[in-house]
Amino acid sequence: MQTTSEKIEGMDVWLYHGQIYIPNTFSAGATGSRFLTTIRDKAKITGTRCKECNRVYVPARSVCKDCFAQLKEWVEVSDKGTVLSYTIDSEPKPIHPTDAPVIYGIIQLDGADTGFVHMIGGADPEQLRIGMRVQAVFKPKEERIGSVLDIKHFKPL
Amino acid sequence: MANKVAIVGIGQTYHKSNRPDVNMPEMVGEAVRAALEDADMNIKDIEATFHANMETFEGIYMPDHIMAAEMGGFGKPGLKVATGGTSGGSAVCEGFYMVASGLQDVVMVVGYEKQDCGDTTAAITAALVPSWSKGAATGAIGEFAKQALSYMETSGAKEEHAAMVRLKADKGACRNPYAHLKLGLTSIDQVLESGYLVWPLRFLDFCPQSCGACVLILASEEKAKKITKKPVWLADVEVVHQEPFRAGTFGDPTGTETYTQHVACENIYKRNGITNVRRDIDLAEIYEPSNWEEMNLYEHFHFCEKGEGWKLIEKGVTEMDGEFPVNPSGGVIATNPIGATPIIRVAEAALQIRGDAGEHQATRDVKTALASALGGPNWTTLALLKREM
Repeated sequence: MQTTSEKIEGMDVWLYHGQIYIPNTFSAGATGSRFLTTIRDKAKITGTRCKECNRVYVPARSVCKDCFAQLKEWVEVSDKGTVLSYTIDSEPKPIHPTDAPVIYGIIQLDGADTGFVHMIGGADPEQLRIGMRVQAVFKPKEERIGSVLDIKHFKPL
Repeated sequence: MANKVAIVGIGQTYHKSNRPDVNMPEMVGEAVRAALEDADMNIKDIEATFHANMETFEGIYMPDHIMAAEMGGFGKPGLKVATGGTSGGSAVCEGFYMVASGLQDVVMVVGYEKQDCGDTTAAITAALVPSWSKGAATGAIGEFAKQALSYMETSGAKEEHAAMVRLKADKGACRNPYAHLKLGLTSIDQVLESGYLVWPLRFLDFCPQSCGACVLILASEEKAKKITKKPVWLADVEVVHQEPFRAGTFGDPTGTETYTQHVACENIYKRNGITNVRRDIDLAEIYEPSNWEEMNLYEHFHFCEKGEGWKLIEKGVTEMDGEFPVNPSGGVIATNPIGATPIIRVAEAALQIRGDAGEHQATRDVKTALASALGGPNWTTLALLKREM
């Protein structure tokens, strides 16, 4: 921790400059783990269906927020879908999974009732529009680790 | 005048060090469904949800954003509290205020901590003031080591007494299906032979880091009578905060500090006509991170005179079959999912009053019980529970 003494408005003020660091591990849990390992092992995108309201959640969720029903029924959805919205981030940042510019899209896969946030790749920014059709591009099997980034991106159809 | 508030549903998860099989919301959902099952209720009957979690302990900030679905809280009023160890106790107070005020009739109080996610000691250290606390930070363990030494010096208690408290706790934990550490201890020597965590606090003198959740459903008198034949009345609650002591947060070698436990219990005893604690209350579930602190709390809550806490354990007064049982559940030293811990105290006190504590049901009939929580720089929350009101 760095400390400084600064003259501020006539006072000699002692300042501590720190950075809080907390180690952290998050389990994807029972439902999230199955969703991710299915992408890894089978290159398939799955969701869970609510028996009460018939909604299909992608990514899979454990509980329907409207019905409080536990979602036990797994369904495979298409690797093709429709762009509901998108944005382009041109500023390189360490947290980005790829080099800038990164195109983030909300994609509703065919057979799903929810939007799935991922990247749109292999696309000319001029070409982007809401409603465009896209398809998942999976990384080769040997590179897939069980991450949502096992889907490299969605490419325009 | 406050409306009557009843506990009508109780649910908790089992507790252990690691739960990688579930994420935080899934773990909480287990306790929510258990409480709904206990009350034979539907989630649609719950009007609002109050939840407790010390988010920095998991390193997952604003956990509210992943909790609504599994808590059944979507589309409903809700608040999260994070007040250190008392978080769950503060959430019980929130639920109580809402029902007692008549603003809501049926609410859920949810507490959870999933300590396999983060580093609780690092997070406690991060919370401290850099000017004079952070450099000396030892998390909770160091604070309770200082408390143990102060208590030894000022009360005349021996390490054997602390070991007796641990044996009592373990006996309860071994009979409690939800408890985390079930060690099967048979002699005080086993405690005295355990190594030092932070001198003079031994490994078996302190609580574990648990993953778990606990849920209470609170209801107004009119609703409670429709929901259950065995309502437990939440007669009163109290919450008292303060800043760290000059001399020490949990143990005060100067003997001159006013503890929040004194303020809190004196307020709640006065409001409820309690003049002789062990006569007017039948059982207590207290928040004792260490066996030494349990003896200290006996004194703070006026279960006995100052300096005599260790005599209660020596005489067996606070055993499950004693005159005034304390923590027949095994307590915090056996199970500590922090955000859930104070709610477990209230839940266990309520189970004792209902007669539903099973293998760890106290021998004496429990009509009135006190539940406490401790956290932050020695903050206190209390709940007074009654079978008849």
